[in-house]
Amino acid sequence: MSPSETTSVPGDGGYLPGTHPDLKPPSNVHGPVHWVKVNLFGSLTNTVLTLLVAYLLYTIIPQLADWMFFNAAFEGESRKACRAVAPDGACWAFIGNRLPLFIYGFYPEPERWRVDLSFLLLILALVPVLYDNMPHRGKALVYSCLYPLIAAFFLVGGIGLERVSTDQFGGLMLNVIIGVTGIAFSLPIGIVLALGRQSQLPIVRILCIGFIEFIRGVPLITLFFVAAVMLSYFVPPGTSFDLLVRILIMGTLFASGYMAEVIRGGLQAIPRGQYEAADAMGLTYWKSMRLIILPQAMKISIPGVVNTFIGLYKDTTLVIVIGRLDILGIGNSSLADTKWQGLSTEVYVFVAIFFFVSCFAMSRYSLWLEKKLHTGH
Amino acid sequence: MTTAEKLAGETRDAGEPNILLRLWRNKDTRSVILQILTVALLFAFLAYIVNNAILNLAALGKTFSFDFLDLPASYDINQTLISYTSQSTHFRAMLVGLLNTALVAFFGVITATILGFLLGIIRLSDNWIASRIVYCFIEIVRNVPVLLHILFIHGIIVHVLPSPKKALDLGDSIFLSNRGLTIPDPVFGDGFSYTVIAFFVAIGAVIYFRLWAKKVRESTGKIYPVFLISTGILIGLPLLVFVVTGSPLSWLVPELGRFNLKGGITMIPEFLALWLALSLYTSAFIAEIVRAGINAINKGQWEASQAVGMKRNRVLQLVIIPQALRIIIPPLTSQYLNLTKNSSLAIAIGYMDIVATIGGITMMQTGKEMETMILVMAIYLSFSLLISAFMNWYNKRMKLVER
Repeated sequence: MSPSETTSVPGDGGYLPGTHPDLKPPSNVHGPVHWVKVNLFGSLTNTVLTLLVAYLLYTIIPQLADWMFFNAAFEGESRKACRAVAPDGACWAFIGNRLPLFIYGFYPEPERWRVDLSFLLLILALVPVLYDNMPHRGKALVYSCLYPLIAAFFLVGGIGLERVSTDQFGGLMLNVIIGVTGIAFSLPIGIVLALGRQSQLPIVRILCIGFIEFIRGVPLITLFFVAAVMLSYFVPPGTSFDLLVRILIMGTLFASGYMAEVIRGGLQAIPRGQYEAADAMGLTYWKSMRLIILPQAMKISIPGVVNTFIGLYKDTTLVIVIGRLDILGIGNSSLADTKWQGLSTEVYVFVAIFFFVSCFAMSRYSLWLEKKLHTGH
Repeated sequence: MTTAEKLAGETRDAGEPNILLRLWRNKDTRSVILQILTVALLFAFLAYIVNNAILNLAALGKTFSFDFLDLPASYDINQTLISYTSQSTHFRAMLVGLLNTALVAFFGVITATILGFLLGIIRLSDNWIASRIVYCFIEIVRNVPVLLHILFIHGIIVHVLPSPKKALDLGDSIFLSNRGLTIPDPVFGDGFSYTVIAFFVAIGAVIYFRLWAKKVRESTGKIYPVFLISTGILIGLPLLVFVVTGSPLSWLVPELGRFNLKGGITMIPEFLALWLALSLYTSAFIAEIVRAGINAINKGQWEASQAVGMKRNRVLQLVIIPQALRIIIPPLTSQYLNLTKNSSLAIAIGYMDIVATIGGITMMQTGKEMETMILVMAIYLSFSLLISAFMNWYNKRMKLVER
């Protein structure tokens, strides 16, 4: 480069040294064009895959949207009325018509405010559990712990409220009751079982292993069958207890078995040095667990714990096999109504969307919590 | 316990006035006391519930015995792999149910694995749109209860598909209708057994070849295309024998009759629905397991392998996959177990598996709630304990030695 070029004055296309403005890199190494090139058409297989997926989306999405929204009927009194308005779309009027049934089951209509109130109180009880920065969290957690009793009082009745038989519980309400009870009680039981499984006392260890393996070895519906037909043999003659309570016990025990295994994974992931350090500090077994081991183990176990919750929540639909109608059961039995026959797709899509939204929200929350509690690098 | 420790314990305990308190303060005696208490409580509880059960059974005039297994079942089963009539015993019905469970679990595991690995690999691919689509698919499938999948697919097969008269024709030999999927029935001619023998010979040859190739690689460094040659032997040898013996296999193709399909093997809608739903549901979980397993391998492993000059395929085959499998296989087995246990939901659509036969109709007919439930649970339990035992052995073998 000759000196005359580098010192040329602006005006004839040159720049003084150091005054050259930063140019953007060429468009083929940054920006959307580059992104598309690398991520969608990077290689031959990639291109084929992209085109294939694009074609699939092109064929499925418009049809689905038409069926679900644009060609669908949202009002009508029967399937015929729906079909008259929308010959080839979904008939959401069916769902709308039966929405109370889907939510409350057969809970008596004038008393349904009690269910609404319980749902509202549940949300209030969840706040301190999910959000750990709230003021007065300790006091609020006491309320959260008492919530199951409060809800039971409102739902079943007694003292001043009309009693409602648990046979009338159904729909979404039943899913939430079984799910929340299982979640609330399976965590402490699971922790105890996991600690028992790691215990130095051989008999305690064997009992815990036996219990956990038994629970994990049989399908949940056999446990529900046991709740329905067998459990009543084991109580003193002449006494019996409510089927819903039996279902709740079995659901909770089932979730605890899985919870124990998840927490055991967390316990095993703690380096041995932590146990030894806790012993060296002279802490008792329970103190070392409570202060050193469990806080770390629980943090590691969060994804597994939430997965167990989600699993239990989805499994609440299985009460259908012992004749209890949860949200799926209500949908399934509604199909028998002659006025609305042949709308199984609508019902199942509705229930699927409901479960997807609630389970997906739970898994997102666990991801968020995991990130928040992550103290590594 | 060493003498020094004993002495220390004695001097510490000596100050305590109460003998019970002293026993409680000692770590060893305390653990013995705790365990005796646990056992005593457990036995008391067991005695209590067994006593209750005896009283309750007596009050109902029932006895506890498995004699009912020899009585005729007198109900029909819609899919039987072994000969069964309504005159067969309850025990036979249970066997039929067990085989039906095994059948759907076997096919479910195969399709779920294939689909799951495929989804997991696409999820990991560089292709943004494919990866996203698979992500959406996985999230939708696994966040919806499996029972809903089963009912949904069963509903589609039974209500949406046409009647056998207008069955959907897939390639002129496979028909899909609301009575199920009808496929051609293979008819084995004379000499087909030679092909089967050739197949087993080929398996032996492949094993021998792989060992030999490994030896050569380790002593000389020469690498053979083991996978290609193995596949060639596995397919080529049986095919050659098959052609030489005069292709002794024909297909009985189903035909559209006036009202129904004639010939062929029909998979009933209940089986199809259960099979598809379980494979779909489980494959979503397997895909996530595969993805997590491969992602868990440190990037340094890739870089180190490339630094010593290995090709991409070799890296995958010799470095990444063996390490990823160690992470993938334990949760994969538990997914297989879950699939098997979930197959018990068959009862919701009327597929006669072990729960629906012995735990369902037999229980209703004989009133033997306890005996049938114990049988069903024992069968599932023994199966999963077997798998569990295998898993524990595998985990021990594969565990990284820490200290």
